[in-house]
Amino acid sequence: MSGTFLGMPGNFPKNAEKAVQDSQLRFNLRKATHTIRGKRASVVDELPDWQELRAAGKAIKDETLRHLDRYLVQLEDAVTGAGGHVHWARDAAEANRIVTGLVKATGESEVVKVKSMATQEIGLNEALAEHGITAYETDLAELIVQLGDDFPSHILVPAIHRNRAEIREIFLDKMAETPEGLTDEPAALAEAARLHLRERFLRSKVAISGANFMVAETGTLVVLESEGNGRMCLTLPETLISVVGIEKLLPSWRDLEVFLQLLPRSSTGERMNPYTSMWTGATEGQDFHLVLLDNGRTDVLADEVGRQALRCIRCSACLNVCPVYERAGGHAYGSVYPGPIGAILTPQLRGMGSELDASLPYASSLCGACYDVCPVAIDIPEVLVDLRAKAPHGRAERAGMRVAGWVLGNEVRLAKAQRLATRFRKLVPRRLPGPLSAWTDTRDLPEIPEESFRDWWERHERP
Amino acid sequence: MRVALFITCVNDTLFPGTGKAVVSLLRRLGCEVDFPAAQTCCGQMHVNTGYREEGVRLARHFTEVFSGYDAVVAPSGSCAAMVREQYPKLVRPGSRGAAAIGEVAPKVYELSEFLIDVLKVEDVGAYFPHRVTYHPTCHSLRGLRLGDRPARLLSHVRGLELVPLPAAEECCGFGGTFAVKNPAVSAAMGADKVRNVLGTGAEVLCAADNSCLMHIGGTLNRQKAGVRIMHLAEILATTEATG
Ligand code: SF4
Repeated sequence: MSGTFLGMPGNFPKNAEKAVQDSQLRFNLRKATHTIRGKRASVVDELPDWQELRAAGKAIKDETLRHLDRYLVQLEDAVTGAGGHVHWARDAAEANRIVTGLVKATGESEVVKVKSMATQEIGLNEALAEHGITAYETDLAELIVQLGDDFPSHILVPAIHRNRAEIREIFLDKMAETPEGLTDEPAALAEAARLHLRERFLRSKVAISGANFMVAETGTLVVLESEGNGRMCLTLPETLISVVGIEKLLPSWRDLEVFLQLLPRSSTGERMNPYTSMWTGATEGQDFHLVLLDNGRTDVLADEVGRQALRCIRCSACLNVCPVYERAGGHAYGSVYPGPIGAILTPQLRGMGSELDASLPYASSLCGACYDVCPVAIDIPEVLVDLRAKAPHGRAERAGMRVAGWVLGNEVRLAKAQRLATRFRKLVPRRLPGPLSAWTDTRDLPEIPEESFRDWWERHERP
Repeated sequence: MRVALFITCVNDTLFPGTGKAVVSLLRRLGCEVDFPAAQTCCGQMHVNTGYREEGVRLARHFTEVFSGYDAVVAPSGSCAAMVREQYPKLVRPGSRGAAAIGEVAPKVYELSEFLIDVLKVEDVGAYFPHRVTYHPTCHSLRGLRLGDRPARLLSHVRGLELVPLPAAEECCGFGGTFAVKNPAVSAAMGADKVRNVLGTGAEVLCAADNSCLMHIGGTLNRQKAGVRIMHLAEILATTEATG
């Protein structure tokens, strides 16, 4: 099983510090993110109307979110009309209860899964395990994470922190049917996984999926993937259960035109993704259940600034350009949603009650690279700054910032403080004490000048 | 043309040379420079660290001090971006504060914008016979969208050899209080930036923001790398007579 992130200890700076010191991890992350970053840039730059497409994506999502209640009911009607069953889950516990009940009703004790962020968010695999149901992840990267008893660290490439040699070890260790002489060639690794999974697909009677999009108008669900495992999960089993966040909605079929361009180009850096599966309600011979998940989303929707995070289509472009993610790795964020989007989504979905969640809005230098690449124009720095205003602040920091605000609030006080610093400039130690040592551990301080600008102006220039 | 200099609190306190350079440069180009003495800080550190109340107070102070000028010039892309991009988000649309900000904010220029867009000069008559590399800084690049303005100005400086900085668009890791709140990541980003700077073989690292330069320069100094940091204004102010 892959563990659940809930209740992870620590905080972002501490988690990140460990990752920064891991040179193998740094190498893996840098190589992988820079490769996808480059691919994305080339397929985005070739479209003359990318900015228009991006604006359209943003507008469609905003319109959907504004009338989410209406569109959700429309979706429910369409799915039900097409022979599917719709369930509403307020939170993780309710969603897990519904899915567990549905699987139990089939009498099966095994399910195959196609990668879904929503089921990871609610810890579904663990909930199923408690009821004696085993969930098998079928995406290659998810399989690596699951077999390695590990956490995902990237939205698109959950095992981005592993290199080929490590993956080979995991396969040899955990997959009984793996041949002894397995090499770490990507093709050999994929073949070993294929053998392992094929048998599961043919055997399993129940599948669990997420969805990239849901179309309110038609009741159609859409899954984009690259390995074909999704197609098998969605079509072979007798029962299909899809767990989808309520924000994954699009009003109409034609809206897909925009998103089927935005997503592959932003995500894998491809013009078109290899497998696009679409289904409406229950197909012949299959029982279909849709579990609509709230789990904090309506609270996010109520926040004027934060709600834009619900536009996210989980492309992971923001992760791949983020200098902080590249060095801290995905695990530091303590959530299934890492990187810039995680830094704004997790504190909104889970609140900022834990030390880790309260540190997430600060896990950014506000460089703005994420906003530039986001295909639905989520102003991530804006949301980060807004969350920082709501985050709990330590007492010492609060006192320090209050004093700084007081000094800076008036030019006479500022000038006095500057003269004080100037007078004692020679006494400033090379290494600062307390929290400020964080600066001088790796950087020299600038020399304090003999005179501030304002004093120079006063002496020389004032008419 | 009469312009107000917004020096910014970091430059005022730690880098007065940059302020003096702006004054001499703008005068050389025929501007009358005023320094409104009541100015303090734009409030960026407070707002971006989550202390909005203090930040709003400083923003209000800023708008009062700088209202009534035709142009306000700041030798900092970051502080200019704060005023232009973030101030409007701090107030309720339609309020009195919003009106005041709407009046002042569009007149605030980062130095290279003011030179190229308002004064319409690219050749400022500078002379600086050194090998220079330029770090564009995030808020200048992605906030203000300065584009190639700084490079155009530098390209006309006599004697100056401008060498491109690899991965220039990547953040240096300063990020205000980020540098002390996430020191490990900040230092790792700074180390990568420094490696790229050293790879250019430049003698001088130039930027339009002293706060980023303070972070990169502090790392360079600690490594005794022998590369000088210089604000764009200081290079542009240097002439054959002064240099
Ligand atoms: S926030 Fe934007 S860039 Fe990041 S994953 Fe979501 S859609 Fe993609």
